[in-house]
Amino acid sequence: MATASVPRTARPVVRASYVRRIFSADSLAQAIFLVCALAILAVTALLVWELWTKSSLSRDKFGLTFLTKTDWDPVAGNFGALPFIFGTLVTSAVALILAVPFGVGAAIFLAELAPPKASDAMTFLIELLAAVPSVIFGLIGIFVLVPMLNVVVPVLKDDVGLGIIPIFSGPFYGVSLLTAGVVLSVMVAPFIISVSREVLLAVPRDLREASLALGATRWETTWDVVVPYARRGIMGSVFLALARALGETMAVTMVVGNTPKIARSLLAPGYSIASVIANEFAEATSNLQVSTLIELGLVLFGLTIVLNGAARLLIMATAGKVSQ
Amino acid sequence: MTPQASSKFETAASPNPPEPKPHEGGLDPKIRSTHLDFFYGAYHALHDINLDVHSNKVTAFIGPSGCGKSTFLRTMNRMYETIKSTRVQGQILLDNENILEMEVSHLRRRVGMVFQRPNPFPKSIFDNVAYGPKINGMVSRSGMAERVEQSLRRAALWEEVKDKLHKSAFDLSGGQQQRLCIARALAVDPEVLLLDEPCSALDPIATAKIEELLFQVKHNCTVVIVTHNMQQAARVADYTGFFLLGKLVEFDSTEVIFKTPKVKATEDYITGRFG
Repeated sequence: MATASVPRTARPVVRASYVRRIFSADSLAQAIFLVCALAILAVTALLVWELWTKSSLSRDKFGLTFLTKTDWDPVAGNFGALPFIFGTLVTSAVALILAVPFGVGAAIFLAELAPPKASDAMTFLIELLAAVPSVIFGLIGIFVLVPMLNVVVPVLKDDVGLGIIPIFSGPFYGVSLLTAGVVLSVMVAPFIISVSREVLLAVPRDLREASLALGATRWETTWDVVVPYARRGIMGSVFLALARALGETMAVTMVVGNTPKIARSLLAPGYSIASVIANEFAEATSNLQVSTLIELGLVLFGLTIVLNGAARLLIMATAGKVSQ
Repeated sequence: MTPQASSKFETAASPNPPEPKPHEGGLDPKIRSTHLDFFYGAYHALHDINLDVHSNKVTAFIGPSGCGKSTFLRTMNRMYETIKSTRVQGQILLDNENILEMEVSHLRRRVGMVFQRPNPFPKSIFDNVAYGPKINGMVSRSGMAERVEQSLRRAALWEEVKDKLHKSAFDLSGGQQQRLCIARALAVDPEVLLLDEPCSALDPIATAKIEELLFQVKHNCTVVIVTHNMQQAARVADYTGFFLLGKLVEFDSTEVIFKTPKVKATEDYITGRFG
């Protein structure tokens, strides 16, 4: 009882408000935010639980061979996930190969070279791009990109001679893994640009000045000091883009060709996990097929977690290299 | 905007421009500032600064916060250009060459700078020091190790880091990081080294080490240091300038400034009556 010096009449008032503050603020706030945090975890757990139980039919029938089989025959009830895993990974990889250099380059321009006002205006427009519904990207893919690629690809393939490289061989019909990859690259670039720009802008002024004070040019400062400092954040933006590309459904479905085959060439049509779930779920003819599609969802979930985990490890590994 | 405003204090250091007072006849001015005015946008930050910085001496600028001493320092390597809408009027010469017209990266190679807070690059100790010589193409790959060692020795850091050159610079203590920054600046062999309150983030022992190394550095480099700490100026500087409200109130040998200042405001500041 350390409140001896408090006047007797004042004590109940003080105490009541103190007690009220403790219980009505701290504990209540803690409880509310704990519920918020647990709700997120609960939703994720429920999601996995649903995917797991509803796919039991498929898991019991195919086991792990589901991941390595290449057939997809709803009539015969024979299902394999590999063509879809392949299509998902290939389209995402193409998207990143195209979007990363452009996106990081644009971010460097916006953060380091463009006048601040122009940079803000352009960033706003680029972020708008991220808000465009994916079905619109699909339509643009069908009506603009496919006719364009139908002109460009034969030239590159036959006249330039890229056709001798296996990944650019074979006939091209417009819809293909490459087309889907290009559409995806436009969709994920805004994430890379906007996050990378923020990261570059956050590089301490001290560091830039240290480099400039040694006689470095602006470009040397950007390339040798600013970008390496921001590297982790830039990698983070790339993985954000990857997550988006892996799960993208509508735009990919519209241009990928929806053919469950593993082709050697990027010019061949393919299929992705998200696309096949969207296309076949409503028309699935057997319980086994439904269960299979749900298991594909589980596979996509696992794929995202594995790739994100790997990304985190990669970032941690490179961070360790700097400050070993 | 200047003339009528400049009467608040006598300005003993800037008597009769255009020809600034020759100090202790025969000494070479390494940097000469004549009628220098500086603006942040519309704000008039420096008023008619005239002074000579002498070769191979330590020159200190003292004064209360916001008096313009750091701003003046940053005109010597044009570091103010990283801030938008700054403007300089007047002349500032490095070996009789106009600093304002020099190619800026060339200027900064010749006039190095150490900042208030240690700011090593997120690289290894070795790469921090090697950065300047590398970008300026000054040293061959094989000569780099020697250049790095020599620079670290000049900054009195070699003995402490020679066994961990490839560790991150962030593993060093604050004082070591600041000496690393000095080594990094010295590695490009600057003619002038500017130090902008280099010890304000350091403890007294780290501060003493830096002050000590400045006595070595000035043998082949002109040193200009801005400091909040009057004792530091008294300890390390050969010349001291007192700034107040954007004006150079008094500039003379350190002994004169601290023992027999000519201007009342200087005396008041030195004796701690304000600031």
